[in-house]
Amino acid sequence: MADTLQLELVSPAKLLMSESVGMVVVPGIEGYFGVLPDHMPLLSTLRPGVVSVHDGVTDAPAKQFFVDGGFAEVNPEGCTLLVDEAIAIDEITADNIAERRSAAEELIQSAETDGDRAAAEKALFIVEEMARAMAEAAA
Amino acid sequence: MASLKDLRIRITSVQSTKKITSAMKMVAASKLRRAQEAAEQARPYAQRMESMLGNLAAGAVGQDGESDLLSGTGKDDSYLIIVMTANRGLCGGFNTNIIRSARQMIRDLQAQGKSFKIFTVGSKCRDNMKREFADHMVGHFDEFGRTGSSFAEAEHVGQSVMAMFAAGDFDVCTLIYANFVSAMTQNVTRQQVIPFPVPEVDAGDDAATGGGYEYEPSDTEILTDLLPRNLAIQIFRALLENGASEQGARMSAMDSATRNAGDMIDTLKMTYNRTRQAQITTELIEIISGAEAI
Repeated sequence: MADTLQLELVSPAKLLMSESVGMVVVPGIEGYFGVLPDHMPLLSTLRPGVVSVHDGVTDAPAKQFFVDGGFAEVNPEGCTLLVDEAIAIDEITADNIAERRSAAEELIQSAETDGDRAAAEKALFIVEEMARAMAEAAA
Repeated sequence: MASLKDLRIRITSVQSTKKITSAMKMVAASKLRRAQEAAEQARPYAQRMESMLGNLAAGAVGQDGESDLLSGTGKDDSYLIIVMTANRGLCGGFNTNIIRSARQMIRDLQAQGKSFKIFTVGSKCRDNMKREFADHMVGHFDEFGRTGSSFAEAEHVGQSVMAMFAAGDFDVCTLIYANFVSAMTQNVTRQQVIPFPVPEVDAGDDAATGGGYEYEPSDTEILTDLLPRNLAIQIFRALLENGASEQGARMSAMDSATRNAGDMIDTLKMTYNRTRQAQITTELIEIISGAEAI
């Protein structure tokens, strides 16, 4: 049995990461799930949350990214995550969050159609999740 | 015959044209590098998305509740054509080729008696299409690439296309753009995005695709999420490919313009020197024959 799997983290603008890793924990729409090598084929949508990459040697995650939703595909070759945006967790700052929050709140205020409002509320939800992820990482 | 002064003026003007075209070539070359990088970096996402859709769609085709984005509305009476060109000219046949392809398609549609609508990206094709098809234009977008977050812009175009589709304004949607091959070659491409053509899945690969997957939440729900996103991605990719093609076309156009200007300067200089020589000879003959007469 292979002891690593190929993880690919892709955003529309570029291929963010392509590495062999020991395990990856993914924020699926129905809850976090871990992917180990030889996982069964799976397709899932993602919710905003933290992707933890484990190297399989140490207990603590080697890398953590905040993603704002997207799709995950697990197949025998590895795990592919298609996301809109991924930020390394230690690069999130309080300023960053405050800025996004005020932008999202402004959007909610100025939204005219239901579609706009739903999009703005989703943006705000992502910001809240991001703030929580940062707080957890700091704790 | 042009006088020496006229020739001198001509030569200086061609020389300054050459300076401009060669500067434009340099600018296009450096922009091309950036645009090409962006286009290449966007390819993995589109490819992965396609294979994911292929796996999903193979299982979902023919099921109840299948999305219209995949199966179409069941007819093909009206078309939406999204034509993408540059905002500026001076890039060889780039804009012209794309517009020609669009016109060809419109003419074919007219011959078949189908109705069509045009969505333009880039000011060059808006100006051109407006002359003939002003009644059919439904939207325009030319801010692409001016700000940093370009995917958001593609998503914005995608959303307005989705809204039109949801309102039943068209049955089939086609993108017309130039696919970037190299700085010398760009292929004008027509790509149908609605209904999305299901990618071919390898028949021998059956176990690895289709049935083997577990879906979370369910395959139809994932598809409803994935398809509009795929539309935005396809538009985004087309915009990036088009951007790289534009710079490539401009670079080669400016390169040949610079070379032409060089050739022109050579011939003008030749004529200039000949004329000058002839003038000196005439003057000498006049002096000599004057001296002999005395």
